[in-house]
Amino acid sequence: MFDVEILARIQFAFTVAFHYIYPPLSIGLGLLMVLMEGLYLRTGDADYEKLARFWTKIFAVTFGIGVATGIVMEFEFGTNWATYSRYVGDIFGSALAAEGIFAFALESGFLGILLFGWDRVSSRVHFIATVGVWLGSMFSAVWIVVANSWQQTPAGYHIVGEGMNARAEITDFWAMVFNPSSVDRLLHVWVGAFLAGTFLVLSVHAWYLLKGRYEAISRKAFSLALLVGLVFSLSQLLTGHRSAEGVSRNQPIKMAALEGHFAAEAPADLFLFGWVDEEQQTTHGLAIPGGLSLLLHQDPQAPVKGLQAFPAEDHPDTINGVFQFYHLMVAIGLALIGLTILAAFFWWRGTLFSKRWLLRIFVLAVLLPNIANQVGWFSAEMGRQPWVVYGLLRTSDALSRQVTAGQIVFSLIMFTLIYSLLFALFLYMLTKKIKAGPYDEDSIQHSPRQQEMAGFLE
Amino acid sequence: MLFGIDYPTWWFLVVGALFSGYAILDGFDLGAGAWHLFLRKEESRRIALNAIGPVWDGNEVWLVIGGGALFAGFPVVYATVFSIMYIPFMLFLAFLIFRAVSIEFRSKEPMKWWRQTWDILYSVSSIMLAVLLGVVLGNILQGMAIGPDWTLQGTWLQFLNPYALLIGITTLALFMLHGAIYLAMKTEGRLFAKVTLLIRRAIIFFLVTFGIATVASLIYFPHLSDRFRESPILFVVPLLAFLSIANIPRLITKRQYRGAFIFSAITVSMLLMMVAIELYPVLVLSTVDPIYNITIYNAAASTKSLGIMLTIAAIGTPLVLGYTAFVFYTFRGKVKLDDHSY
Repeated sequence: MFDVEILARIQFAFTVAFHYIYPPLSIGLGLLMVLMEGLYLRTGDADYEKLARFWTKIFAVTFGIGVATGIVMEFEFGTNWATYSRYVGDIFGSALAAEGIFAFALESGFLGILLFGWDRVSSRVHFIATVGVWLGSMFSAVWIVVANSWQQTPAGYHIVGEGMNARAEITDFWAMVFNPSSVDRLLHVWVGAFLAGTFLVLSVHAWYLLKGRYEAISRKAFSLALLVGLVFSLSQLLTGHRSAEGVSRNQPIKMAALEGHFAAEAPADLFLFGWVDEEQQTTHGLAIPGGLSLLLHQDPQAPVKGLQAFPAEDHPDTINGVFQFYHLMVAIGLALIGLTILAAFFWWRGTLFSKRWLLRIFVLAVLLPNIANQVGWFSAEMGRQPWVVYGLLRTSDALSRQVTAGQIVFSLIMFTLIYSLLFALFLYMLTKKIKAGPYDEDSIQHSPRQQEMAGFLE
Repeated sequence: MLFGIDYPTWWFLVVGALFSGYAILDGFDLGAGAWHLFLRKEESRRIALNAIGPVWDGNEVWLVIGGGALFAGFPVVYATVFSIMYIPFMLFLAFLIFRAVSIEFRSKEPMKWWRQTWDILYSVSSIMLAVLLGVVLGNILQGMAIGPDWTLQGTWLQFLNPYALLIGITTLALFMLHGAIYLAMKTEGRLFAKVTLLIRRAIIFFLVTFGIATVASLIYFPHLSDRFRESPILFVVPLLAFLSIANIPRLITKRQYRGAFIFSAITVSMLLMMVAIELYPVLVLSTVDPIYNITIYNAAASTKSLGIMLTIAAIGTPLVLGYTAFVFYTFRGKVKLDDHSY
């Protein structure tokens, strides 16, 4: 029923989407941990040390699953996308190698000290380890986004050979690294990750405040995270705008799909929400007339190339899907700005921590940036179809020739089972650690003697 | 050309060094995991787990880097081997994930059934990972039925042949020896006494499997010793390998575990060096016809790309070795359980 291409795409989408729950949380929590531990060193306020230690424990869970699920995609390039691997190996390979040697080694090397070294090294050395792990996770994002951006906007290469033997070879390393979309997209990804981590911190401490637990340190943590959240939800507007400008310049078909714009040469509207009717080649919904033209060309009358200007075989397979994912991401981005500005206003008035309704919203708001990160990538990657390397290699040509549908079904079922278990465990461990709280109760779990005592007390 | 050696050869050396680093580092923690169920007491298992606790993740990174280096330098090999060995690699991934999760979660709950389940999962996946690595190596050694356009003739089940399985078991034995010696360095008291007992069994297990594997290689795959027969000077490498193997029991009877660990690490790298010498410049030997051999030359990335990556490796390697050394130094000595332990 399903062919190899669809199965391989589903498998990659599923495994990468599941993986992408964790790295943004790690990058965002890493930033907060660096700030907390830095504030502790600077001010000597022990509350910040408690916070840093607490969030390190949560970080350990997200980081562990992130690493375990990350190797999968590296392997899948070889197993499922052998033709792609041969085609891009010369270019993609150096980015991946750089990631391994500069980023992963830094992260994983210092992770041991971050998690287990609190009482083994001085607090300064520990702080260096925390910064090292965080920078490592930031560098990982650099190389992965560079490689992905090269697939969106190839640069610094030439094509050698023909047919099965054709491949892209690198001609200019720095042109490859700084291809037209990599910087904008990297900033967008980084800020998205900061927001994911920040809103987890906001959510947990809002929950403590509502429960009346750990109030003093939760106020400090919430205020710190709110400041970070405010800064980055606003800056995400800028990075998003820059990314969109880049898409309209470099991938006009994707831009047309993102906004459901069909007419070949006409002013384009900016939809707040809507529904793309692919049969009738129109988009219904609430739109700002000429909004897209205004944003891209500072003129509501300026024509924007629509889908009809391009051959149908180069259109993404689902315009409506790309449109919906993109608009959900934008809507969430705006909601985050509204939420953080509102909270900052009440904080300035000194009434924030008595606004229980707002704290309740913050408990749930952790889902928002995480959903935005997911659907943002979905729109970026589905909008790139039918190409795996934009304009050079079609997804259907990138597959492994040897792999059968049966084999992919096997591995897909395997990953579904394993990942369901992993996700259940992740949620379980996360809630357990959050319920246990930043101090006292949690340490009982670790020492065998105290654990026995805890058993008697129960 | 750089110092009279061409770029593909340089990159062959880099990939080889990375895989040796991986085998030495992850080798001891996989080996320690393989012994896990032999340790009966709860506290012993926790100490054994915490002996590898701060370092296993960093060790695994060498696989990611090695894989990345193979992808980068020899994309054709990466694409071919991974796609024709689809099922073994997928199983490898599954065990890798299970193992990471078991380490992370086993001590998080006190219930007996919880810990026992994760212990079994942890130990079985450690064993299977070692065996699967050996199976891949075994197939690389004997060659694969590669035809035109890098396609495999026949099904993937041919990878589970007796010779490959034998190399799989031998790899497991080597890692178990390496891991037991590591545990001896990290433990004390009764657990230490137990571990020294395990080392003795590990030595016997390794010597037996290694002996059979050597004889089988010489009889059934004479191409594996061609190069040593052609240039006797290369016999230095197997000689060093045998000497370092012989040195392990000697140091253990003298209770010099750190020395024994260094020599088991040298053994791992010498054995891999023998593999490299025999293979070079072929990376995947075709049993169908030598014209389908995948070599470092017909699989290599462009010279430009290899040059860039050699620069990256030259900058990155000292950093990686630096923080690996720093982490091992920080966590030197016997394991003490504390609040942050697994």
